[in-house]
Amino acid sequence: MTPHREKPSTDAAGAVETAFREEWGRIVATLIRLTGDWDLAEECAQDAFAKALTRWPVDGTPRNPGAWLTTAARNRAIDRLRRASAEDARLRALPPVESRAEEGPVPDDRLQLIFTCCHPALPLDARVALTLRTLAGLTTPQIARAFLVPEATMAQRLVRAKRKIRNAGIPYRIPAAHLLPERLSGVLAVLYLMFNEGYSADRGALADEAIRLTRVLGALMPDEPEVRGLLALMLLHHARRAARTDAAGDLVTLAEQDRSRWDQEMIEEGVRVLEQSRGRGPYRLQAAIAACHATAATAGSTDWPQIAVLYAALARLAPSPVVELNRAVAVAESAGPEAGLAVLDGVDLPGYHLLPAARAELLRRLGRFGEAAECYREALSAVTSEPERRFLTARLSELPCGTAGQYGNRHS
Amino acid sequence: MRILAFVCADDSLTMTAEENTIEQWLASTPQRVEGHQLRGREDATTVRDHGALITDGPFADTKEWIAGYDILDCASLEEAVAIAAGHPLARFGAIELRPFDE
Repeated sequence: MTPHREKPSTDAAGAVETAFREEWGRIVATLIRLTGDWDLAEECAQDAFAKALTRWPVDGTPRNPGAWLTTAARNRAIDRLRRASAEDARLRALPPVESRAEEGPVPDDRLQLIFTCCHPALPLDARVALTLRTLAGLTTPQIARAFLVPEATMAQRLVRAKRKIRNAGIPYRIPAAHLLPERLSGVLAVLYLMFNEGYSADRGALADEAIRLTRVLGALMPDEPEVRGLLALMLLHHARRAARTDAAGDLVTLAEQDRSRWDQEMIEEGVRVLEQSRGRGPYRLQAAIAACHATAATAGSTDWPQIAVLYAALARLAPSPVVELNRAVAVAESAGPEAGLAVLDGVDLPGYHLLPAARAELLRRLGRFGEAAECYREALSAVTSEPERRFLTARLSELPCGTAGQYGNRHS
Repeated sequence: MRILAFVCADDSLTMTAEENTIEQWLASTPQRVEGHQLRGREDATTVRDHGALITDGPFADTKEWIAGYDILDCASLEEAVAIAAGHPLARFGAIELRPFDE
């Protein structure tokens, strides 16, 4: 009847680990609603998992682990609040716990928690950290490592964020309908930032968490096309992860990536998620662009005219020089380097190395090697990441002979 | 005339218990209608554009920030200046006097 109970001890630890991934955020969210105390909620959730680690190997994994853990955490909270003060007002708000709670459906308060963690009155870095701590269950040292800051700094950031929620009176609820579009886009921005922070290989855990949290948000808000758009965008980018760097850690351009190393299953899921939604929001458009790249069998068969159209739509929706730069690349691929250069002429992005790098690439294709070399040097003077510097240096040195003499050896 | 006195501090503010003469100031200032100390700027929130733009922190990102306020009801600016001069934060921070537009 309950297969879980037949082999208790061996699988119990694994079951607790699975439950932690799946249930942590939900339990913390519920405990915050019940007690209004973020620290207490986290500590009681932790205690519940510790209890599971000792009980499940003996009693077997419960049929509904989430409900078991919620009940354990809730009882622990009542216990601690009673001990702190029998008269505590928070206790009166707690309805009595029924022993049958383990069988019933678990309420899901995670949406309140997401909107509170991503409230715009909190500093942006605190929103990301708080989301990772309370919803994803990452420990403070793990978050500190992911953001390359000392543990004490991250601990203080989290303490301050929780204090501000209390002191500034940030409510624990889903925003009213008229505020929802604005606030939802704020939540998506936090998740996308988290994903982008995890773009580099050594911080990949952040990208995984961002995808997981966006899935949760998508399940909680199934009618929001931009949530699906963002999930699709993340999946389509993440699918190319293994091919993005070579063995030496150097960047591999999209055109030169080994497409057999792309995660086809993830690409298929991304395309599916994208097709499940409608609308032309910025995340959906970006996901559609990513899908054009990810579904092309070879770099040469990429649907560049379609990508140029999508970038044009994105530029109308959210005009930015970076979008225009990308549109220029798509135009160059579909209508030739001259047309791309014409688009680039209208782009102003001071100090951003990718603009001269793109110009250099198009000039190189037109055989204007002297101008290309100049642009590569300009890009090199602005670049900050080491792999990108190596990439640009390599491109510069690959320019046909004579160029270096014309420009590089002038001072010799 | 009524005047709003913004009590400003900055991060370098250090004041010992003896230097904090706020109780004496309160006792000797019948012109003070009401006032309060405010929580730090890390708990501040700024709202713009009908609530569409909510940001963390005070609207002015300056070294000095509003630590509290007092509403004074006095005969003239001179009287308000004299009252403000006696506030402990006039020594360690600054007091900005803003007459009510009435």
